Amino acid sequence: MTIVAMVLVSFGVFFLTAGAVGLIRFPDFYTRMHAAGKCDTLGSLLVLIGLACYEGLHLTSLKLLVIALFIFITSPTATHAMARAAKRNNVPWWTPDGEERRR
Amino acid sequence: MWYDFLLAISVLILLAAGLSLYRVVRGPSILDRVVGVNVIGTKTIAVIVLTGYLFERVEFFLDIAFVYALINFVGALALASYFERKGVDSRPVRRGAAP
Repeated sequence: MTIVAMVLVSFGVFFLTAGAVGLIRFPDFYTRMHAAGKCDTLGSLLVLIGLACYEGLHLTSLKLLVIALFIFITSPTATHAMARAAKRNNVPWWTPDGEERRR
Repeated sequence: MWYDFLLAISVLILLAAGLSLYRVVRGPSILDRVVGVNVIGTKTIAVIVLTGYLFERVEFFLDIAFVYALINFVGALALASYFERKGVDSRPVRRGAAP
């Protein structure tokens, strides 16, 4: 069970680091939000589920799963709210020919 | 071995949070900063739970992590709603340019 927990937590840290690198490297607000929203949700979820696997069947693992469910619901909701705020305020997006396009 | 593994994982997550801090410091618009703060908060939840395992007080730290997740969610929603009504200045800031 410890091996499974270590593998899950390592994958979670990989996804968190990939999300952070995407948040730096992407050229545009919407693509940055693409990296931040999904990679962050999946990374936190994998770390918490891995720790719950290490704990076994216990009240602590139940609390960990409740936190994971909460993050699974709320993190996409926050991302959606911020993307809607950007869309309604005409934040420009990136195009390959270098000009900023608005709508 | 498990202790050292969790310590290394915590340090790696904190390094990723430091990478995200770059976007908070020089994001072109205010929403980029909000996204960076939200990402750092989500990483902090994982670090709080790992700190509980390092100190062997998991029960307390799990409650702290849950409250932190709640505050992170409410703060992100409040900031998004506020800047949706107020408006976003999305032009990139040129340093050293004449105003």
